[in-house]
Amino acid sequence: MLDQFMEGFASAREVNLMRIKEAKDNGLKVVGIYCTYCPQELILAAGAIPVGLCGMSETPIAVAEETLPRNLCPLVKSSYGFAVSDTCPFFHFSDLIIGETTCDGKKKMFEIMRDLKPVHVMQLPHLSNTKASFDLWVEEIRCLRSRLEQELQVTISDQDIWAAADMINKEKKAIKAMFDLNRADPPPLSGMDMLTAAWSRSFSSNKGEMVDNLNGLVREAANQPKNGKTKAPRVLLTGCPVGLGTEKVIRLTEELGANIVAMENCSGYKTLELQTDIQGTDPIVELAKTYMAIPCSCMSPNPYRMELLDSMLDDFQADAVIDLTWQACHTYNIEAFEVGKLVKSKGLPYLHLESDYSNSDLESLKVRIEAMLEMVEI
Amino acid sequence: MIVMGIDIGSVAAKGYIISSGHHHRTIIPTGWSPREAGQTIIDQLLDASRIERDQVERIYVTGYGRVAFEQADKTITEIKCHARGIAELYPEVRTIIDIGGQDSKVIRIGEKGQVLDFAMNDKCAAGTGRFLQVMATALGLDVSELGDAEEPGEMQMISSMCTVFAESEIIGSLARGNPKGGIIAGLHQSVGKRVAAMARRMGIREQVAFTGGVAINPGVKRALEEELGTRIIVPEACQYTGALGAALLALENR
Repeated sequence: MLDQFMEGFASAREVNLMRIKEAKDNGLKVVGIYCTYCPQELILAAGAIPVGLCGMSETPIAVAEETLPRNLCPLVKSSYGFAVSDTCPFFHFSDLIIGETTCDGKKKMFEIMRDLKPVHVMQLPHLSNTKASFDLWVEEIRCLRSRLEQELQVTISDQDIWAAADMINKEKKAIKAMFDLNRADPPPLSGMDMLTAAWSRSFSSNKGEMVDNLNGLVREAANQPKNGKTKAPRVLLTGCPVGLGTEKVIRLTEELGANIVAMENCSGYKTLELQTDIQGTDPIVELAKTYMAIPCSCMSPNPYRMELLDSMLDDFQADAVIDLTWQACHTYNIEAFEVGKLVKSKGLPYLHLESDYSNSDLESLKVRIEAMLEMVEI
Repeated sequence: MIVMGIDIGSVAAKGYIISSGHHHRTIIPTGWSPREAGQTIIDQLLDASRIERDQVERIYVTGYGRVAFEQADKTITEIKCHARGIAELYPEVRTIIDIGGQDSKVIRIGEKGQVLDFAMNDKCAAGTGRFLQVMATALGLDVSELGDAEEPGEMQMISSMCTVFAESEIIGSLARGNPKGGIIAGLHQSVGKRVAAMARRMGIREQVAFTGGVAINPGVKRALEEELGTRIIVPEACQYTGALGAALLALENR
C-alpha cells in the first residue's frame, strides 16, 4: 500500500506535465521557479500554476559551459543548460521565470537567462537580522505582486493571498508529517522515498491533491506493522539542495546499509516549520516574515539552521551527519565548518562531502561514506 | 585461528596472515587486475606459512581494490584498517598520515584505536605517490631513489601544486642549472605542505605516525616534520599497516 503512494509520487512529474500542458491550452498561465525563497503564494493567488524548474541533471551542463564558466556550481549550470537547450518542459511552458539573488552564480546567470524568457529577479537581502533587510524584502515581494499582475493581466487580491498562504501552510504541514514518520526506529521510509515524495511537490499542479496524497501516505504508514529496531545507522543529510537526478549520496549511503532518516536541505525539512500567520493585517508582510526566516547559507548570520539541525539530530535520533556541498557553492562550503562543530560537539561522526552532478567520484564518495558509517557504534 | 588481511592499493597489494601467533606478510605490485593481485597475495601467504586455503578462517580485504575481490569474507575501508593496524604497533599514536599511490589521508584515532575523524584527498594527484612518480620520471630517476637524492640545504621551492604545472616547473628549473638534490627537496616540501594543510585542518594530536608507500621516502618525512613542527613515527612495516589492521579485525571477527 505504501508502494502505491510512492508510485503516485514517482509518476507525479509525468502526470503533471500533461496537466500543465492542458492548462496552458486552456489559457492558464505558468510561472517557473527555482528556489524555496520564491513566495509561490502570490503565483497561486494570481490564478497561475507555480512549477519547479529543472536543474538536477548533469546532461545539460556541457551546453551551459558554452556560456557559463566551468568552475560554477552544477545547480546553476544545469538550470541554465536546461533552459538554453529547451530540454526542461516546465521552463518551456513558463510565461515568467522568478529568480532570487541567493548567490552570485544565480544572480548573474539570471541576467543571461533574460535572453530566453521574461525573468523577474527578487533582490534577497543577505543580513537576516536587520530592519533595513526586512523592509527591502517586503518591498521586493510587493514588486513581485505588481510584476505578476502586469505580466499575467490579473489583479491579485489580499483575500486570494491569504487563501494561498493557508494552502501552502497545509502543504508544508503535510510534508512535515511525512518526514516526521522517520523519527521512528526503524524508519518507515527510505531516503529515496522521502526525496521522491518531497520532490514531486515542485511539479504538482494541484496543491489540494498533493496534500491529500501526503496525508494518505502518513495514515497508511501509521498502520504498517512495526519491524522492531534495526541495526542500520541513522544518517541525517544536510547541505546543498538535492533532487531527483542528484541523489547519488543518498543512494550510496543506503546501498551501504544505512538509512537516510532526515534531510535538512531545501527540498527537505528546511522550510517546513515556517508557517505563515494568516491572522495578520498585511499578507505581504506576513509572507516576508515566513520567507526571511528560511535558514539558507546565503544568510548571514544563519543561526536558525544550527538550531534546526540541533533539534533534528535529537528528534530523528541521528547516528551521523553527511553535509553535501556542490562544488563552488561557497556559502554552504564555508558554513560546513560551523555545522561540523555542532555535530561533533554532540559526539556524532560528521562527513563533509564536496561533489558535483557527475558519477566520476562515486568510488571516492563511497569510501568516505563507508568509513563514516564504520565510525557509528550501534 | 588463522586469518588473513589483504590491502589492495592502487600501486601495491599487501597481505598479512596471522596463525597462532606467527605471521607472514607479502607485497606485490597491484598491476592492472586487483583480483589477480589479491589471488597472488593469498597464494604467497599460504606458501610462506605452509598452510592450506581451507585452514584460513576469515579473509578481510581493504584498499581500493576491495570491491573487486570475491573471496573477501568482509570488506572494510582502509581508514578503519590503518587505525587498527597502528593501534597495535604504536598504541600512543593519535594521528595517522597515510600517503599512498593515488590518495592521501589523515586519520585521528582514539585510545582504543577507533576512528574519531578523517580527511582524504583523492581528487588531485598533488600530495600523493603519483605526484612523486611523475616528478621522478621528469628527473630521470626511479621514485625509490628520490628520498636519498634530496639536498634540503639547496632547496628549490616548487610553487605549483598541480602535477602538470609542477612537472614543467622542474624541467625549467633543471634548465636553469639548479641542482637536482635541491629540486627534489622542494618536491618533498611541496607534498609535505599539501598534506600538512589537510592534517592541520582536521587538528593534529601527538603522536603522529606516517604510513603508506610514500612513508618509505625519508625526504617526505622530513618535510612533514618541518611543516607540522612535530616528530613523526614511521613504522618499519609502513606499507603493511592496512593489511595488518584487516587481519587483526578478521581475528577479532569485527
